[in-house]
Amino acid sequence: MTTTATRYEVVIGLEVHVELATETKMFCGCRTEFGGEPNIRTCPVCLGMPGSLPVPNGEAVTSAIRLGLALGCAITPRSQFHRKNYFYPDMPKNYQISQYDVPICENGRLEVPTAEGAAEIGVTRVHMEEDTGKSMHVGESGRIRGASHSLVDFNRAGIPLLEVVSEPDVRSAEQARAYLAELRGIVLALGISDAKLEEGSMRCDANVSLRPMGTEAYGTRVEVKNMNSLRSLYRAVGYEIDRQTVLLDAGEEVVQETRHWDEAAGATSTLRAKEEAFDYRYFPDPDLVPIAPDAAWIEELRAGLPELPAEIRARLTSTYGLGAEQAVTLVDAGLGPLLDEAVGAGAPPSEAGKWLANEVLAWCRDEGVEPADVPLTGEQLSELIDLVDHGALSTKLAREVLPGVLGGEGSPAEVAKARGLEQVSDEGELGQMVDDAIAAQPEAAAKIRAGNDKAIGALVGAVMKASRGQANPQRVNELLRERLGI
Amino acid sequence: MSAEERDQDLVRLDAAALLRLYDTGEVSTTDVVRAHLDRIHATDERIGAFVRTLDAPALAHAADVDRRRTAGEHVGVLAGVPLGLKDILCTKGVETTCASRMLEGFRPPYDATVVERLRDADAVVLGKTNMDEFAMGSSTENSAFHPTRNPWDLARVPGGSSGGSTAAVASHQAPLAIGTDTGGSVRQPAALCGVVGMKPTYGLVSRYGLIAFASSLDQVGPIARTVPDAALLFSAVAGHDGNDATSIPEDAPDVLPGLDGGVDGLRVGVITEFMTGEGLEPDVRARVSEGVERLAALGAEIVEVSLPHASYGVSAYYLIAPSEASSNLSRYDGVRYGLRVDGPTTEEMMAATRGEGFGPEVKRRIMIGTYALSAGYYDAYYLQAQKVRTLILADLAAAYERCDVLVSPTAPTTAFALGEKVDDPLAMYLNDIYTVPSNLAGTPALSLPAGLDSAGLPVGLQLMAPALHESTLFRVAAALERDLAFDVAPPGLDDAMEVTS
Repeated sequence: MTTTATRYEVVIGLEVHVELATETKMFCGCRTEFGGEPNIRTCPVCLGMPGSLPVPNGEAVTSAIRLGLALGCAITPRSQFHRKNYFYPDMPKNYQISQYDVPICENGRLEVPTAEGAAEIGVTRVHMEEDTGKSMHVGESGRIRGASHSLVDFNRAGIPLLEVVSEPDVRSAEQARAYLAELRGIVLALGISDAKLEEGSMRCDANVSLRPMGTEAYGTRVEVKNMNSLRSLYRAVGYEIDRQTVLLDAGEEVVQETRHWDEAAGATSTLRAKEEAFDYRYFPDPDLVPIAPDAAWIEELRAGLPELPAEIRARLTSTYGLGAEQAVTLVDAGLGPLLDEAVGAGAPPSEAGKWLANEVLAWCRDEGVEPADVPLTGEQLSELIDLVDHGALSTKLAREVLPGVLGGEGSPAEVAKARGLEQVSDEGELGQMVDDAIAAQPEAAAKIRAGNDKAIGALVGAVMKASRGQANPQRVNELLRERLGI
Repeated sequence: MSAEERDQDLVRLDAAALLRLYDTGEVSTTDVVRAHLDRIHATDERIGAFVRTLDAPALAHAADVDRRRTAGEHVGVLAGVPLGLKDILCTKGVETTCASRMLEGFRPPYDATVVERLRDADAVVLGKTNMDEFAMGSSTENSAFHPTRNPWDLARVPGGSSGGSTAAVASHQAPLAIGTDTGGSVRQPAALCGVVGMKPTYGLVSRYGLIAFASSLDQVGPIARTVPDAALLFSAVAGHDGNDATSIPEDAPDVLPGLDGGVDGLRVGVITEFMTGEGLEPDVRARVSEGVERLAALGAEIVEVSLPHASYGVSAYYLIAPSEASSNLSRYDGVRYGLRVDGPTTEEMMAATRGEGFGPEVKRRIMIGTYALSAGYYDAYYLQAQKVRTLILADLAAAYERCDVLVSPTAPTTAFALGEKVDDPLAMYLNDIYTVPSNLAGTPALSLPAGLDSAGLPVGLQLMAPALHESTLFRVAAALERDLAFDVAPPGLDDAMEVTS
């Protein structure tokens, strides 16, 4: 990629689908939850039964407008639903209700922090649409080729989606990753979706092309699909940039096509060629009237927007004094609210930030838990930090206490007690251990008495060892000095 | 009076008369419903108005109405009035086909809102009536099952697409019927069958459960033998429905109180272009002109108005309606319901199903619509047609600045012979020339009989009004109807009855 950076300019546009966490589907009253038997959350409308009609979900419209406002978009005074016509067995009506030339939100922008510096990415539009059902191909291969028959589950059909389309302003894999992370953070802050990339409630397609540095005309674009995490988006885009660089360097042409990212193989492969592109015959859906949100209502929604990731980061750095990088980490992980809670419960911001960015995030990674869902309260984190501060726990012991707390074993103090991890500060017990150490290492004791202050480390170490790490090191130090008369 | 004579009298009564008889307790709903079912079974082999009768549920409903009436319990506003329901409206658990092979055997899992309202009104559904397949046609010859014949002359068509409903009402099989009107499909067959047919303002009657042909044009409308009966049926089904996003979120106009109001002082506009065009039969024009004279005699002021873009209406209609239809009918693919013709792959199964399931007129319109919406043609066809639609709306708005209602023939001709136009789609489409403007504009219109032509066939006169001005529309129609005193009694019908009973 370093060579690419000098000869070619990378041009990337991202299309992100956000599955909304509304109670009911986009155009009917069926519930949106996951799981269960196939086709249990269906009705004449989402099954496309003859005579059924769509009625827009007001909550979905509200979510679309809120996201648009958060992205600095203009809200269209009269936006229109269109029909996107194509035949597919898991699409009940053989057309998808979507938005076409008059989307609900247009012309936004998103400033994203990256390791390479801040980048500003234009947001072309946010539009509403309905999801399709799911096909399952029955047969040895599990794929459509060679299947004996297919089954269709319409539980997902009609679930509301927002599609967020970026301008082709993204210039690197890192910017792509950062854009998706920032958008995800905004969606989470708004509470309009659980935005889980791994589970598909947020999906991202990347349109990647290269052009010779300094030229204007776009190169041939390749659409890459199936990235299920921020890291996989980063890798897939990086792979595609490298693949196209090699082709262009060799004087070959990039073929316009859709490619599939294979996470395990770490490579993309052809999914479908451009010749298979459809004529969707878009036209305004005559079953639906234009969405014309009242201007006062839009302002009400704007006023009600929550603190957005960029604002949270600014506050974490300015008010809490956290480093910029740590602020990004915490906000991307959705840990801002937990940090605020901990600070509210009395924790010093820098300590709480450190614990969250390091220990808590590491635990989430290991356990596969979404950081925003981490089972920790600000009260608990504050208590843990307080125990360290007051010498009841060493940092090392506190790191052992944390998994217990996260595992639901109780408050930090309770876990420390139950696991026998409390720091020993008891004068009698510690005094005995200090005396034993001095007796065991008379030479070291003599050196210290002679003024060699550094030698005290050996005796402290011995006491710590004897206490299996539970002795309060500061107290041990003090006792040694007392005993040795320095 | 013999039982047979009594039955013959019962089937000749209109809905208002039946309701009066029920009030006095002179007759039971069961007797009335049975008389109509008998009438259907005696005559329908020759008429072909119904695709399916619902004898058992109809008699059960009738018995329930009788029981409730006797017990003094609540009954609906149309309690015990028999009715024919066009087979385009979904009836829960009851086969609903749109007269298409594609939906043969299809039993909807829900009732259309109109069907719910009819049940709330306690109208008794006698059966599902025949129609052109998916409401595409003007003669009911496009039914996949059988054609319907005109009760006035069995060699002629009843019009379409609601020809089953209008033929049923004209032949005394039912005093009321429900039709749907996308480009004239209630009014034109009403004209050809000598009955009253009305298309409400778009959005006044819910489309939920009405199997879509062209969503921006489709409206459910009442069919009856009198204007007051049509108004009664309109009142029973109109009104806001949250299941239809295009439903007007207000109460429907109350049309019943003003029915006797007369036309004194009302301005009636005669559409110049619709009284002169090629293809308009002289007898039709004569009857409509006489109707206009009667309105003048009743105290209306007659004004001449022009709809300069109306001549483009049929062209615009036959692009917009097929475009919407091409998309609406995509769902019939064999995957979830209706016909499935197997194939080696899903795509081939879909193609085979659609190839076998749809009739030629439906296929023609799907192809026209698909073409009109295609990339590169959309602007020239679909979009251009929408612009014409806007111009026609403006024409009508300008006309309504000068008058309260408009008058025209409903159709350029009286009933034509079966088979006469099946091979000439364009000639068939021209039947809609006077009716499509109201659909394109979403405004209400009504056809009522204005007399007979020299061959003894009924002529329809169309009244049109601005959106939501149903009260004026029904008021003018009722006044003209009283004045004309047209006796709806197709000759030869009783002979048909004798032959089969």
